[in-house]
Amino acid sequence: MAVTHEAHTEHRQSFLTRYIFSQDHKIIGIQYLFTSLFMAIVGGFLAMLIRMQLGFPTAKFYWAQWLFPGGFTNNQIKPDFYLAVVTMHGTIMVFFVLTTALSGGFGNFLIPLQIGARDMAFPFLNMMSYWLYPPAIVVLMASFFVSGGAPNAGWTSYPPLSAIPNAAPGSGLGQTLWLISLAILIIAFLFGSLNYITTILQLRARGMSLLRMPLTIWGLFFTAVLMLLSFPVLFAAAIMLLFDRLGGTSFFVPAGLVVGNTVVQHSGGSPLLWQHLFWFLGHPEVYVLILPPMGIVSEVLATHARKPIFGYPFMVGSIAAISFLSFIVWGHHMFVSGMHPLVGMAFMTTTLAIAIPSAVKTFNWLATLWRARIRFTTAMLFAIGFISLFVTGGLTGIFLGSPAIDIYVHDTFFVVAHFHFVMASAALFGIFAGTYHWFPKMFGRFMNERQGKWHFWLTFIGIYLTFFPMHFAGIAGMMRRVFSVSLYAHLQALSWVNIFISLAAFLLGAAQLIFIWNLFASLVRGERAPQNPWGANTLEWQTSSPPPHGNFGHELPVVHRWPYDYSVPGAPSDFTPQTVPVSAVPVPVHGGSGEDERDSRER
Amino acid sequence: MTRPAATLERPRRTPDLPIGPGGPPVATGDGGGAAMRPPASAASIAVWLLVGAITLLFAAFTATLLARRVEADWQVGPLPAILWMSTAVLLLSSAAVEWARRRGRDDRQDQLWIGLIVTLVLGVAFLGLQYRAWRQLVAAGIYMSSNPHSAFFYLLTGMHALHVTGGLAWLTHAVVRARRAASAVVALAAVEPAAVYWHFLGALWLYLFAILFEV
Amino acid sequence: MIDPAARGDAPGTGRRFSLVILLLIALGGVVSFFVARARWWLPPGASTQAVEIDRLFITTLIVTGIVFFLVHVLLAVLIWQGGRRTAPAAYWHDNRTLELTYTLAPAAILVTLIAMGAVVWTRVHAAPPPNALLVEVRAEQFGWVFRYPGADGRFGRTDATRFTGRDNPLGIDPADPAGRDDIVTRELHVVSNRPVHVRLRAKDVLHSFFVPQFRVKQDAVPGMTQNLVFQPTRPGTYEIACAELCGVGHYIMRGKVVVESQAAFEAWLAAQRPAAP
Repeated sequence: MAVTHEAHTEHRQSFLTRYIFSQDHKIIGIQYLFTSLFMAIVGGFLAMLIRMQLGFPTAKFYWAQWLFPGGFTNNQIKPDFYLAVVTMHGTIMVFFVLTTALSGGFGNFLIPLQIGARDMAFPFLNMMSYWLYPPAIVVLMASFFVSGGAPNAGWTSYPPLSAIPNAAPGSGLGQTLWLISLAILIIAFLFGSLNYITTILQLRARGMSLLRMPLTIWGLFFTAVLMLLSFPVLFAAAIMLLFDRLGGTSFFVPAGLVVGNTVVQHSGGSPLLWQHLFWFLGHPEVYVLILPPMGIVSEVLATHARKPIFGYPFMVGSIAAISFLSFIVWGHHMFVSGMHPLVGMAFMTTTLAIAIPSAVKTFNWLATLWRARIRFTTAMLFAIGFISLFVTGGLTGIFLGSPAIDIYVHDTFFVVAHFHFVMASAALFGIFAGTYHWFPKMFGRFMNERQGKWHFWLTFIGIYLTFFPMHFAGIAGMMRRVFSVSLYAHLQALSWVNIFISLAAFLLGAAQLIFIWNLFASLVRGERAPQNPWGANTLEWQTSSPPPHGNFGHELPVVHRWPYDYSVPGAPSDFTPQTVPVSAVPVPVHGGSGEDERDSRER
Repeated sequence: MTRPAATLERPRRTPDLPIGPGGPPVATGDGGGAAMRPPASAASIAVWLLVGAITLLFAAFTATLLARRVEADWQVGPLPAILWMSTAVLLLSSAAVEWARRRGRDDRQDQLWIGLIVTLVLGVAFLGLQYRAWRQLVAAGIYMSSNPHSAFFYLLTGMHALHVTGGLAWLTHAVVRARRAASAVVALAAVEPAAVYWHFLGALWLYLFAILFEV
Repeated sequence: MIDPAARGDAPGTGRRFSLVILLLIALGGVVSFFVARARWWLPPGASTQAVEIDRLFITTLIVTGIVFFLVHVLLAVLIWQGGRRTAPAAYWHDNRTLELTYTLAPAAILVTLIAMGAVVWTRVHAAPPPNALLVEVRAEQFGWVFRYPGADGRFGRTDATRFTGRDNPLGIDPADPAGRDDIVTRELHVVSNRPVHVRLRAKDVLHSFFVPQFRVKQDAVPGMTQNLVFQPTRPGTYEIACAELCGVGHYIMRGKVVVESQAAFEAWLAAQRPAAP
């Protein structure tokens, strides 16, 4: 990585402090991104194992038995290993890939650059935040190798299944390690959130008022607030579950259970309580996963459509509304759990309400594209693809938010389809768009556009082919987390659907190899990128690619305008960076109605 | 001469001036810009965020406790008398850190430092007394798994003690920085956030005591 | 700044993308639903609540389907035009009226759906009518056990320490007289067009009582007794599936529910051995 240095004799850094235990937010962000990529490969491979079983339950996989002798028998996957794979796939993708790549990766890289700061407010804490991540990975992956194997209670880990060691093979040491791993990672996230919020509030460059911040930063800011306030609740729940497992307490385990013909010596706990605590985190967590991509997409759309983002104030307001509402919708994961029906009614209302700001954002993106002059770079393709995927996934959320409908589709593949559209697809497209867009800034080189286009088309089509039919499987009544559907008469017709989905999934997985190749090859021999290849306005593009240590040279930038002055009428070029004074390039008065009045006030 | 924040040096954690948004406020007439924002320490913002997160943590424990408390088999366990002493010690330590702060504001850097040392000692004493309370309960045969109330007792006092340990580490760090600081003002920048955190831990302890023993 | 052509932005990308969106997604999405309706769809409903839930489902499907189609068409048109435009982009970024419109219009649609959903949700949770058939359903790793209260209409007390695998799977306490006439079975039988009041319990971990054709699903929570009420309308044999991950045997937790006439039900019940241990 070529980090350029100006005359810089203040502190010499060893390889260790410059690249390994770096306190430079850019390096930390890149560390997060690469580690998340590694975990994405692991999680994606686990998904392939799931699809092998669901699509081809009678086939024999000799190579898989060779790789996992404990998990396969007769060259076919065993039910307990299958559940372990399902559990770990979900855990890894949600916490160890999406959260880390978006908040840890893009959050770290972009925040100081886009607000005009030299680094985060607490660089040492930032470094600690990253360095809790690999230990958490090690603890998590260790669960595959202990007696009983990895946990098999799902990523949601509901007790009593997860609390009573002999309720399932993976409920032994594996489940304990899972809980410890999450606790470590949560602390990492907390350190990160503290840093991001403080940095955004305190270290903005002169002239960078809150309403001149790029939408990416708004998204990351509210994401950090969500993480700060919701992860502690999961932490509390995890500690209590650990004590139920190891300390003989009964926070979540009621009296009178009989597991495997033994009466369980617990009493007084409530399984429902775990669900409340888990989903109090779990729901804001999914907004933690979608707000940064929304911000990234806003940035990429505006830049490559050469148009201001439409409705900036409503966009910010929507992010705020989504964030606030995300704390009061968690019960929609529990409509059939045994909650009082009136409580279900309340959660239905808040859940469907949260669709409103999401719709506003979607229409604002569409309005951004109206009368735009679009450059179809790979980043732009992924940003546009995001809109499609988010609409599809968001619309199925309306079914799930209505408890009467949810009675039928809860815990079926309809839910699996929904969250794979919004998380595995939309959020992932945010990561891809961000990668293709900011790779030149991070590494001073372009990614290969041709390979990028192949990656996009195969992935976009592959995602629809893989996840759209899952809706039908769910509507037909196929339950989640089932090892096989062969026993149920009402599911017999689904074997072809499952085969189709599996084949599409294999294609989708293979397509990612193009991305991985492109990424690493471009690092080494990608075409050199200039400072501002996309003609973008935000501050990171007003410094070199990659930025120097300290980001901006001797003088910090001074900001005079919002980030979206693209195609200003009368301007010398179709982009006007934030650092250009208003007197140099005035803007029309009323938000661009086309009138030719110029305004030399700074907005 | 360039302003400290604008040089190439790695941003110092204790700047000579509190880190402001890009430097001291300058009137630029750009509405919502630097002129409106007083310089504030990043650490003082961060400590309130930390307080928020820890509050949520204990709110989750509280919700669990409240749900459990209404069950028929709930019985408040014995209150080890030593807890009164540990509570007094913790309150005293808050008083000590507050005294240290005031002395610092009066530009008495030496007394600031002494006050911090006293706080540290009292903080360690608090942990020692809490540990004694645990040992007393164990000697009486009351363990974490003995009954619902004891589970919460060990859980809440244990989690609080962990956070106190972190607070002691933070105070130690503040002690070192205060010792090395060029002036009381600079020393205070390191001490204020740690003091806020310490007061929070005291208030949290009072709350936990009350909710555990329904005092 | 980059030259778009040099960076691989081939002319026609916009057109291709629009076509994919239009054909594959907008049209394909809609068409695939019609294809799915023929073979992978809601199993024919067999209860009163199935009628209401299905109606709500189809209404939501039509509304969301229209939105899905229109938004994708709009997206396709926008990128088609955006790819062809040679003039500078329009510097247009605010229009409060427009934004308020597309804030309030979705809100109105959602409020309507909320109201419709509330009605159905309330009806599903109505109190059991007096003529309801009372039965206890007990989920366990990995199967279902059912209990009828017998002539006295009351269930006997159960006690975890009294479980035995075969003779007393529910752990009925012999000291409780109410339990003497309880009938324990391995199949659930109910009466057509007569409400059923299920008391749902779990022995070990979370399970979920799911009968797709009845559109019934309720988690069985250890330590709690849930109540649910439904009314089957079509005689036949249906499967019970477990819909909450409960361990290794989650996928083999298949149960059986038979809907029959009152006479046939009584004959069947009479043939079962009372459970009194």
